[in-house]
Amino acid sequence: MPSIETTGTFVHDEPEEPALVRLRNVHLSFGETRVLKGVDLNVRRGDAVSIIGPSGSGKSTILRCINGLLQPERGEIHVGGTAVHALRTEEARIELRKRVGFVFQQYNLFPHLSVIANILIAPIRILGVERTTAEREARELLARVRLEHKADAYPGQLSGGQQQRVAIARALAMHPELVLFDEVTSALDPETVGEVLAVIRELVKDGMTCILVTHEMRFAEEVSQEIIFTEGGEIVEHGKPHEVFHSPSNPRTRRFIHALNG
Amino acid sequence: MAIENNVLMLSIPVRTLKLDPLAAWAIALLVGWGGLWYSYTDSIVMLVAWLPHLAQGLKMNVVISVLAMGIGTALGVLVGGLELSHSRLTQLIARWYVQVFRNAPMLVLIFFTTYVFPFEIHLGSHYIPFPDWVKATVGLALPASAHIAEIFRGAVQSIPTPQWEASSSLAFSRWQTLRWIILPQCLKRALPPWMNLYAMISMSTTLASLVGVTELLESAKNASNTVNRTDFTILVYLAVLSFFFLYCYPITRLTRRLENRFAIH
Repeated sequence: MPSIETTGTFVHDEPEEPALVRLRNVHLSFGETRVLKGVDLNVRRGDAVSIIGPSGSGKSTILRCINGLLQPERGEIHVGGTAVHALRTEEARIELRKRVGFVFQQYNLFPHLSVIANILIAPIRILGVERTTAEREARELLARVRLEHKADAYPGQLSGGQQQRVAIARALAMHPELVLFDEVTSALDPETVGEVLAVIRELVKDGMTCILVTHEMRFAEEVSQEIIFTEGGEIVEHGKPHEVFHSPSNPRTRRFIHALNG
Repeated sequence: MAIENNVLMLSIPVRTLKLDPLAAWAIALLVGWGGLWYSYTDSIVMLVAWLPHLAQGLKMNVVISVLAMGIGTALGVLVGGLELSHSRLTQLIARWYVQVFRNAPMLVLIFFTTYVFPFEIHLGSHYIPFPDWVKATVGLALPASAHIAEIFRGAVQSIPTPQWEASSSLAFSRWQTLRWIILPQCLKRALPPWMNLYAMISMSTTLASLVGVTELLESAKNASNTVNRTDFTILVYLAVLSFFFLYCYPITRLTRRLENRFAIH
């Protein structure tokens, strides 16, 4: 596992390694509303990239295009060797989604299943992992998100932060190459935000490729190798965290950052 | 806020009313039979002699209700599934089916099936009898299926769409999502209304007596006509009510228990 060296920035200076995720000129409309107007994006393996920007700027839509929940009208999306924009069948998208984890703002745990069963169901039913193996892994994952004592609880009995950590464990149980985080702390009580961010921080440290749509600017600055600022369906600016946050070149980015700092 | 309060206040008496008739029934039955024993001992002895005949009748009610619910469930899930289909035409047909059979009196449907279907079916040289009790079963299965279609459709639609999205993201196919995520959640939601319907259909099986099916009510009528005594007639119909209570009350209780249990998760 290339976990340790990927946390340093020097790895990213190798030009040969192709990006794990590549978006080229991606366009998408919902009816009359143009949500994405030509998005370009590269995410290297092992990187954490944060997408920031005002609401309705298309951040979540980008994530949903990457795992094939939404189909762009124009443009190319590559994840590893898969041309996502060209996938036409449900089977092909299922193969993609086995490699891409997704964590939702509203957790979306399965309420009829216990915590451990939530984590187990996809590896067992979809990947066909043997139950004992899957269960051992699930318990390791629960320990990783510090919820080993909640294995038999039901989602309704957990706090938002706990549910979100289960959702992260559920996504990791599929051994994804890439995890997409869609505003995963936005629905949480302030006191539980930290515990979820701590889990993501460790994940990034371990070299998991992560794309985060987030409003946690300080966290984004701390964990990301790159910050993407979107507005009105376009990527207005991208770059190293300290550049985007402290000396943004685009006036729109400057306005957004300035407004956040109050 | 004010409206919510109103709803809350209204819903409390409705909930208590739901239980009260049952408790009242239980007490009435007990007190009634206890009191009757003192005044009508000989009639009760006679009633006991008729009990096997009445039990035979009740068996018919149980068979009709179980079959009607079985057929109704199979048909209802199918129709409910069609209501959820993406094709406008199938949707329309399924909706009309539901509307027609939900808005028809069950007695009329039983008369209808009794006179529409032949008493036997010719298959080559074979004659398959088609007795009245089967026709009555079909007559009850049709409205049951329409109600179950609505219960099933409502349950599937009540599962929030993010559950589908979350399942897709975990590489579930549409069918796997339905099988492992949606249906298990539906079952919990649909079981209490399904049991309610079961109790309702069970009680409606007495309608079959009107097309000549010898079920409990018809057996009671036979007993009453044979004995021809007012006090016995009263007793025998009380016995019919008691039988139905004993059949349907456990269903209602079980429904309430399931409702409570599923309310947790």
